Amino acid sequence: MSAQEPPSPAVEAVLAFADDELVLGWRDSEWTGIAPFLEEDVAFSSIAQGEIGHARALYELAAGVLGGDADALAFDREPGEYRCAPFVELQLVGDWAATIARHWLYETADSVRVAELVDSDWPELAGLAAKMDREEAYHRLHAQMWADRLRESAERDRFDGKVAELWPYALGLLEPGQRERLAELVGREPVDAIERGAHTEGFAELHGEMTMVRRSVAGARW
Amino acid sequence: MVTTERVWEALGEIADPEIPVISLVDLGVIRDVEVVGRQVRVEFTPTFLGCPAQEVMRDRVAEAVRALGAEPQIDVILDDSWSTDRITAEGRRKLEESGFAPPHLRASAGLMVVQLDAQAFRCPYCGSADTTLENLFGPTPCRSIRYCRSCRQPFEQFKTI
Repeated sequence: MSAQEPPSPAVEAVLAFADDELVLGWRDSEWTGIAPFLEEDVAFSSIAQGEIGHARALYELAAGVLGGDADALAFDREPGEYRCAPFVELQLVGDWAATIARHWLYETADSVRVAELVDSDWPELAGLAAKMDREEAYHRLHAQMWADRLRESAERDRFDGKVAELWPYALGLLEPGQRERLAELVGREPVDAIERGAHTEGFAELHGEMTMVRRSVAGARW
Repeated sequence: MVTTERVWEALGEIADPEIPVISLVDLGVIRDVEVVGRQVRVEFTPTFLGCPAQEVMRDRVAEAVRALGAEPQIDVILDDSWSTDRITAEGRRKLEESGFAPPHLRASAGLMVVQLDAQAFRCPYCGSADTTLENLFGPTPCRSIRYCRSCRQPFEQFKTI
C-alpha cells in the first residue's frame, strides 16, 4: 500500500480495468466444455483464468485505497456501479469468428493500455502492469495466431465482418488519447466509439449469475 | 534462535502444491527473508496472477515459519520480480526429471510462435529435439503442451515468462 494516497482518477481507471478483465474472463469461460476442439477448450479456460486473476489483483489494489476487499468489489456492487466497457459484456459464445475478433481486438487494445500503465506514477500499479504484460504476451500470441488462421481460411469475410462490427466497441475500451494507436495497430480508421457508461442488455443477467453464490450464501468463501 | 539460514532451509522443504517435485525456493517465489527477533518477514512473489495455488503457498510459508517458533509476516509482492529465470538450476533439473521441459532462459527466448514452435525444446522422456508446440495453454497457467514426434509422447513445458 502506498503511503501517499493515489489520485482518485487512477483508482477509477483501475476499477474499470478490473471490471473489463472480470467480465471478459467470465465471457471467455462460457466456452469451457463447448469450444470447437479440445485445445481451444483448454486455451479459453486458461485465458479466462488469467483475466480473472488480473481482475483480482487490480481489485486488491483498488481495495487498498477504497477499503473492503477484492471479492466485495467484484461481486457486491450493483450492476449500475460496474464500469466495464460494453465490448466485454457482449455474449459471443457459439460464434467463433466473433469470439476471435473480440479476442484479437481486446488483446491489442489491452497492450496499448498496459504499456501506458507500466509507466504509472503509482508504483504498485506500474509493477502490477509489468507482471500482467508478461502473462498477456501469451494471450496476444494466441489471438494473433487465430486471427491469422481465420484470415487465411475460407471464412475470411465472415471474420473481417465481425471485426468491423466490433470495432466501435473495441475503441470504447481505451481513453480517447489512446485510440489512434489502436487504430494503427489493427489497420483501421477511428470511428465513433461505443463508450463505457451504459450497460448492454445482457449485463443484468450476467451480473445475476456471477454474483449468485455470493448473494445466496452470506460470507461464502471460495 | 531463528536465523535466516534456518528459515531458507525450512522454506526449501515446502513442495510446490501443483508440481510437488520442486520446492518453493527452487521455484524462485521466495524473494527475501528477514529475521528481526522472533519476527520473520518473508517476501513472496507469486508466479502467475491467476494461479490458484497462491494462497496455499502463502499459508504453507507462514506455517513453516511458525513451526520454527517464530512469528511470520508474509508480504505478497505483485510486481514483475518473478520470472521463470528465477527457477534454480536444481529446480530445472527436477522439472526435467519429472517430465516437464524446463523454460527457456528469458535472455535467450524472444516470445514468438515461430520460436516456440522451433525444435528447441527437448523431449524430457527420450531427449529428442523433434518436438512441436501442441497448445500454448495447458492444465495450469504456467504450462504449455508439446508433442514429441520421435517417441510420440505429449509432454508439458513450463512457459517462459
